Amino acid sequence: MRCWLASPAVFGPGLPGWAASAPILAGEQPWVMAEALPPTPALLAPGDRRRAGVTVRFALAAAAEATAAEPDRAALETVFASGNGDGAVVCSILDALHAPDVAVSPTLFHNSVHNAAAGYWHIAVGSTLPSVSLGGHDGAFAAGLLAAMGNVATRGRAVLLCAYDTPLPAPLGAVRATAFPFATACLLRPGPEGALAVLELRYVAEPLPPGPSAEELEGLDALALGNPAARALPLLRALAARRAALVRLPLLADAHLELRVSPC
Amino acid sequence: MHSTFSPLALAAFTAVSAMGTGTDATRQALRGRQGGLRPAGPEDRPATWVGRVAGVDAVELPPGLARYDCRNNRLAELALRQDGFAHAAEQARARYGAARVAVILGTSTSGIAETEAAYRRRPEGQTALPEDFDFAATHDLFALPRYVRARLGLHGPALTISTACTSGARAFLEASTMLRAGLCDAAVVGGVDTLCQMTLQGFGSLALLAQGPTRPCAASRDGITVGEAAGFALLVRPEDAPAGTPQLLGAGASSDGHHMSSPHPDGLGAVSAMRAALAAAGLEPGQIDYINLHGTGTRANDAMEDLAIHRVFGAAVPCSSTKGWTGHALGASGAIEAMIAAICIEEGLVPGCLGIAAADPAFRSDVATGNRAVRVRRVLSNSFGFGGSNCSLVIGQG
Repeated sequence: MRCWLASPAVFGPGLPGWAASAPILAGEQPWVMAEALPPTPALLAPGDRRRAGVTVRFALAAAAEATAAEPDRAALETVFASGNGDGAVVCSILDALHAPDVAVSPTLFHNSVHNAAAGYWHIAVGSTLPSVSLGGHDGAFAAGLLAAMGNVATRGRAVLLCAYDTPLPAPLGAVRATAFPFATACLLRPGPEGALAVLELRYVAEPLPPGPSAEELEGLDALALGNPAARALPLLRALAARRAALVRLPLLADAHLELRVSPC
Repeated sequence: MHSTFSPLALAAFTAVSAMGTGTDATRQALRGRQGGLRPAGPEDRPATWVGRVAGVDAVELPPGLARYDCRNNRLAELALRQDGFAHAAEQARARYGAARVAVILGTSTSGIAETEAAYRRRPEGQTALPEDFDFAATHDLFALPRYVRARLGLHGPALTISTACTSGARAFLEASTMLRAGLCDAAVVGGVDTLCQMTLQGFGSLALLAQGPTRPCAASRDGITVGEAAGFALLVRPEDAPAGTPQLLGAGASSDGHHMSSPHPDGLGAVSAMRAALAAAGLEPGQIDYINLHGTGTRANDAMEDLAIHRVFGAAVPCSSTKGWTGHALGASGAIEAMIAAICIEEGLVPGCLGIAAADPAFRSDVATGNRAVRVRRVLSNSFGFGGSNCSLVIGQG
């Protein structure tokens, strides 16, 4: 499967948006660890802005940045991918369920669906086009890319891909480690307009080849392992440096995706 | 315009819900108008009625897959054992190769009931969850397709779709994309969702739970009865299945872009999903013989859906909700209802809404309230969900 990639976006530790991050990702400037702060969801109406939590804010920031130059954001189908979904919301509900008075907030409940970020996005931009939300644990970015490229290839339409994850609060955070918030997005198109690169994707029914252990990695290499959405970093670095690359993305314990990135 | 959809055959399918375990039991329940909703026990508070599947607690997962043990994966296992489904998957594996069979499943809450149990198991004063709690194999959304894939010995791509109450229907659409893109030659698709406190209390907080068994389309309808279900189909290209095998003829999706938990009052999203499914199937509205409604039994959903159906079909096509039998199985509802659609085609049956004497007089579509024996060649099945997610499937004779 192949498609063209345009307009990447990124929000993560020391990576505050694509314009500021591109020289860092390209290796022209050093990466410095800095807390990733949730951007203001400017596209949301005030009521929804109050209701949208940190996870939705990261997802919408990436989606907004990737579509900033689009004449009509509502004209894009979307694929949202996240391993954890909105863990803060899920944890709040679990805490409420196990408190003596069991009072679940209705707003928290409708925010707990895995497609909450997608729902807020389509409301924000007034889009009635199809949207799918995927899980995928540590393979969530690969899952999103697979589904998005499949849709571009078979339906011939541009797709906005958005991958995002944030740390889970206690006690779930102890059993599902996510080191920091991270969100990335891009436009995938059937044609080359505005594209940074051509992507060719292959599903490989074999485990990822063994690489260095997490302890041996540092900088952006280590960062990629701290969040399911940050698994996109090797792709983002190739895009920023405008260099060809063969990126291997984890999907399952016994399978991965092989992504060939060719700048254009 | 070139077609962007290729029909797929349901080479095997199975259904487990409160109304029955396996397609034979489901068929008997539909024909005999025997629903599966029962008064709720204390574990299902604040619901008064639920659609709980019998026998799930007694299901044992294969020893090598014990880490996946949770109610959701037990329900999946129970379904895989019905209707020769696991055997059919094995044959697909032999025919195409394990790496060419994908697993694409929908769920809204996966094994979160296991997390709820882990919270309860903590000793007084302890915040940390028990050490034996396995998040990745139970709570995590990917646990479901990972379990099914491992259980069936498959090595193809796996996706977990979680678009609230459209998850199980949307899995069929994504699977058709994967087959068309050449990423696999067959796909195990469907959805599994199980009862948990999060959804029961959540719908309670929204005041959407029915006081008795749900009565979709009744003038006096007062909400949903939450249920649980598993529905699986093995999708292959039509030329790989015997003639006459039921097919997924089309699928369409849309977003409301309107509100997080209320449908668009005029049903605009529902209309565009139905029209997209009809267009994908290359069918006119009049070629549909029965519409299986999303029909949750809430005031808003059923009124919106009636408007949308009337706009697309007028009063020409009989429609009904089968949630009076199953309850609302949330992320599995689209999957179980796709299986019900296939059964209705085989049986020549329009199963009228259960537990209601007459449809809401304000409704303008043809809502069936008793069973009708008619020729059913093509069924449109609707699913709508929180976040403004809509998905319609067309199931028909090959």
